[in-house]
Amino acid sequence: MMTQSLLLTIALAPLLGSIIAGLLGKQVGKVGAHRVAIAGVGISFALSVWVLKLVAIDGESYNQQVYQWLQAGSLSLEVGFMVDALTAMMMVVVTFVSLMVHIYTIGYMHDDEGYARFFSYISLFTFSMLMLVMANNFMQLFFGWEAVGLVSYLLIGFWYKKPTAIYANLKAFLVNRVGDFGFLLGIAGVLMYAGSLDYVEVFAQAPTIAGQTMSIFSGYDWSVMSVICILLFIGAMGKSAQVPLHVWLPDSMEGPTPISALIHAATMVTAGIFMVTRMSPMFEFSETALSFVLVIGAITALFMGFLGLIQNDIKRVVAYSTLSQLGYMTVALGASAYAAGVFHLMTHAFFKALLFLGAGSVIIAMHHEQDIRKMGGLKKYMPITYWTGLIGSLALIGFPGFAGFFSKDSIIEAVHASDIAGSGFAYFSVVIGVFITALYSFRLFFMVFHGKERFDTHGGHAPHESPAVVTVPLILLAIPSVIAGFLIGNMVFGDFFGSSIFVLPQHDVLAHHAENYHGIMGFVWHGLQALPFWLAISGVATAYYLYMMKPDIPARLQQRFQLLYRVLENKYGFDDFNQKVFAGGSRFIGQMLWRVGDRVIIDGAVVNGTARMVGLASRLMRHVQSGYLYHYAFAMILGVLLLLTFFVA
Amino acid sequence: MFADFPLLSLIIWLPVIGGVGVLLNGDNNPWARPLSLLISVLTLLAALGLYIGFDTTTHQMQFVEMAPWISSYNINYYLGIDGFSLPLIILTAFSTVIVVIAGWQVIEHRTSQYMAAFLIMEGLMIAVFAALDAILFYVFFEAMLIPLFLVIGIWGGPNRVYATIKFFLYTLFGSVFLLLALLYLHHVAGSFSILDYQQVSLSLQEQTWLFFAFLIAFAVKVPMWPVHTWLPDAHVEAPTGGSVILAAITLKIGGYGLLRFALPIAPDASMAMDYFVISLSLIAVVYIGFVALVQSDLKKLIAYSSIAHMGFVTLGFFIVFRIFAQSATGSGAVLAVEGAMIQMISHGFIAAAMFLCVGVLYDRMHTREIAAYGGVVNTMPVFAGFAVFFAMANAGLPGTSGFVGEFMVILAAFQANFWFAFLAATTLILGAAYTLWMVKRVIFGEVANDNVAQLTDINNREFIMLASLALIVLVIGLYPAPITEVMHASVEHLLTQVSQSKL
Amino acid sequence: MIALSDFLILGALLFSLSVAGIFINRKNIIILLMCIELMLLAVNLNFVAFSHFSGDMAGQVFVFFILTVAAAEAAIGLAILVVLFRNMKTINVSELDNLKG
Repeated sequence: MMTQSLLLTIALAPLLGSIIAGLLGKQVGKVGAHRVAIAGVGISFALSVWVLKLVAIDGESYNQQVYQWLQAGSLSLEVGFMVDALTAMMMVVVTFVSLMVHIYTIGYMHDDEGYARFFSYISLFTFSMLMLVMANNFMQLFFGWEAVGLVSYLLIGFWYKKPTAIYANLKAFLVNRVGDFGFLLGIAGVLMYAGSLDYVEVFAQAPTIAGQTMSIFSGYDWSVMSVICILLFIGAMGKSAQVPLHVWLPDSMEGPTPISALIHAATMVTAGIFMVTRMSPMFEFSETALSFVLVIGAITALFMGFLGLIQNDIKRVVAYSTLSQLGYMTVALGASAYAAGVFHLMTHAFFKALLFLGAGSVIIAMHHEQDIRKMGGLKKYMPITYWTGLIGSLALIGFPGFAGFFSKDSIIEAVHASDIAGSGFAYFSVVIGVFITALYSFRLFFMVFHGKERFDTHGGHAPHESPAVVTVPLILLAIPSVIAGFLIGNMVFGDFFGSSIFVLPQHDVLAHHAENYHGIMGFVWHGLQALPFWLAISGVATAYYLYMMKPDIPARLQQRFQLLYRVLENKYGFDDFNQKVFAGGSRFIGQMLWRVGDRVIIDGAVVNGTARMVGLASRLMRHVQSGYLYHYAFAMILGVLLLLTFFVA
Repeated sequence: MFADFPLLSLIIWLPVIGGVGVLLNGDNNPWARPLSLLISVLTLLAALGLYIGFDTTTHQMQFVEMAPWISSYNINYYLGIDGFSLPLIILTAFSTVIVVIAGWQVIEHRTSQYMAAFLIMEGLMIAVFAALDAILFYVFFEAMLIPLFLVIGIWGGPNRVYATIKFFLYTLFGSVFLLLALLYLHHVAGSFSILDYQQVSLSLQEQTWLFFAFLIAFAVKVPMWPVHTWLPDAHVEAPTGGSVILAAITLKIGGYGLLRFALPIAPDASMAMDYFVISLSLIAVVYIGFVALVQSDLKKLIAYSSIAHMGFVTLGFFIVFRIFAQSATGSGAVLAVEGAMIQMISHGFIAAAMFLCVGVLYDRMHTREIAAYGGVVNTMPVFAGFAVFFAMANAGLPGTSGFVGEFMVILAAFQANFWFAFLAATTLILGAAYTLWMVKRVIFGEVANDNVAQLTDINNREFIMLASLALIVLVIGLYPAPITEVMHASVEHLLTQVSQSKL
Repeated sequence: MIALSDFLILGALLFSLSVAGIFINRKNIIILLMCIELMLLAVNLNFVAFSHFSGDMAGQVFVFFILTVAAAEAAIGLAILVVLFRNMKTINVSELDNLKG
């Protein structure tokens, strides 16, 4: 039985852990802090698995309020939980990855002075993310949405002494706020047209809203549903780092690596994907919004992948691959293949967390050196990291049999079958993306683990494998990175998600494939003959050729295509543009408004101007007061005469 | 039990008389501080008594007291509260306790006078919120300025004379029109009761004149763009306690005045002028947001952010007419007014906390220049935790009280017009930008200089002060229902008043 | 027989003379005081003349009052003058402009 207390325990256990580790960090000590935080998340994870079992096997679902947050007129805003298949899956993914990261952190942050604080933050994050996915209304969704943003802000700036870190966290928060700006307007639109913020009530109204139009610029009538969905999706673009709001994610790598794994790869950045999937009963009614989603996702998937090719920071390569994979998920959403998108979300959470934690393991061994040009040949020193890294990379490029293959292939097939506007471009992008993904993934892999040892040994200490608290999570994450894909039959082609995802029959691209789906082996067999597989293989081969056999070719290519390289190096100029136009522009506007508007016009001309006018008048008037007696006497006489002529005559 | 007990009078006169008592005790009396704390705490407890005895089901005035004052002119000592005044009275009583604690060690000369000024001001401000007789209201409305004037003028910064005169003239300029309007209404209504004022029917022309009189008087207090420039100057020069009261309460009197006078007395004029006020409010949100971004003085930055936040209050009050015009269902209008009220209360706590944070830094470093700071977190970690928390609340993070009001007003604004919501929502970006950029420059980073390196973290007194505010901000953010509950009946009543034409 | 108008003309002449003396004179405050006295005398003359021609003694009684007051005023005026001279070292009217705005 799913009860309120069960769900409350899941959500609040990490919060409690966070509070104890955070506020009483000094009292409980390092070990106490990590014990209490891990216990909180562990309880959450265990109970989440239980909930998943209740949902998936016993077919239960839950949707009730916990308390009324606010009431205004007939509108009631509540805090409550809604658990269905989608939520239950997200809960398990979030708590599992979070638990792995908690354990990993013991090793990674071992010597950091902010040890307890770190545990407090990641537990707080787990709480926030659970509130986000378990919400049954838009208000609470927004709460979780912003709360994960807050924790992300705190964690990117965890090493607050680093100027780059505190620059990156401010940037991340502000870019996310741009997304939230749209998201909040979208929620306001939902409230206006549906009269409620409760999921069930809103979704029930979706078909009626779909027919309405609104006028934003007078003269143009826009479909209400398109406006709302695009506004909501702008929120997703911020959180899930879609072009052009992706700029914060690469910089967020300034945070400690466990955070990059948990927040900036596995869970928080997928909140946007989760949200759109949750809102599928609304997005389905707007072809415009779906096309918009599709095109944005395709652009992200393709162009962010290119950037991964030239990065030399181990974490940034993985970060750009995250961006590109998020693009894939978004493409799936745009093609109405929500199940495929969420499936990729899940597999990606496992293998990307694995890759990040593996990268962290390498970073520990390299004494916090992150430049892959200064690595190489680590295979023999770090076998566990090597093999788990290989599994992660294979999963990432979609090698048949690994988790990523199933999810990515189903996305590609879905886009192929879709016929909404932009699907041609999207199909091209995701297919080319497969080659790019393989290329940068194995470029990284080869440069780190194979080839010459280019690292500085720091006085003769050879690099060595990381401790068990680091490698055990790697192994535990490697397992689902392989086998999670086998769930494809239930999750993508089956009815695991049931009513939690809504697809209109004319958009249902997955149904067609479901008919042709004959078990996992058949899918793998089919995959082996398809174009994406060969593209992936050729990507790996190219990486091997360029970076193992002829390492001088990349440098020559760089010389040859200076302009292209420069464009990629500057990340298409987004950062410079934002820095100059938005940051510089708003400072300029602020200065102008303040110096001219406030100081010169209001204070200078009006306020002090009035005072000056009075002063000026007095200065003129004072000349009347000459101080000479005879002037006064004369004025008196004059006055008397005037009065006399006035009254007597 | 409370039925005949003059609780409101007690809450008003206890701090006033207590303040005079503290004053008469003489300077440097060691008992001045504990005595002031005792009085302010007793007042707060009494104010909480109001909350307990408050009947949420009616919009009628409660705890009414009526006694003749100047009987030849039919002016009465007429007090009473409804759902709008109650939260503001509690806010006032609470803020005074905080101010007394904040001034405990910091104010070294003329301590008794300082404490007395705040206690007397507390009584007068509560009286403003409780007065139901127009002349009584006006007297308290003006009298309240005197202690504040003295606080800034005596314990203020180097440029305090300019600031006090500017502040005083600005507000006096507005209140002259208020007095005229009140006298005219007496002429029409035949009594000085504000409730009678709300009943009289007036022509559109009369309403327009009255509306502008009220608007000028209260817009200066709120302050709305473009009559806002006194606020940054006053804040910069005021001592911490003065800033706290200024931000937490004085500004709210402006919002309260619009709610009590302009909307119910001149609803048709308010409706005719709603675009005007909405434009000013949106300008306040956007324009002031940009201006706050470039401030180099901590207090100025927070003062400007106050103006931007108060823009939501006036926006919430005046979009109700547009919402009525758009849709028949009233929940959007309720959302707007209650959102604006919550924004006032929440801003009272958050702005107070922000100014206290600046005060904590100022007491140690004696500068408010952002450039003089950097890396405070290294030497004052506990303080930094509070500062980041309050900064997030100021940026409207869900879970803090700063979110609730903005959220409600933006949701309501969408129902009035998409562009209202669009412009109002820019605060999400601008608010975060100016607040967090300040946090980045002040709190984070390496220790910037030797002065920062020698900072000591907050003591118990400061901890209690900030922690109690943090707790309230969090509780309101997580569970705002108890506050809106006391307002429902009054808001419904106000909305019926404004939706009925008086022509 | 001297007519009333003759007295009035003389009074007006004396009054105008004193008025002119007050604001044409820029030298000496004592002359100012004397001019004021002269002004009062011009008024007194009118009083006496009216009293005589209308047969009412009240006018002449007023003259006595005025003379008394004028004497007191002159005494005070001179006393102030002495103090003024002591402080300012001058009684020159054109130099006494402390009230200049």
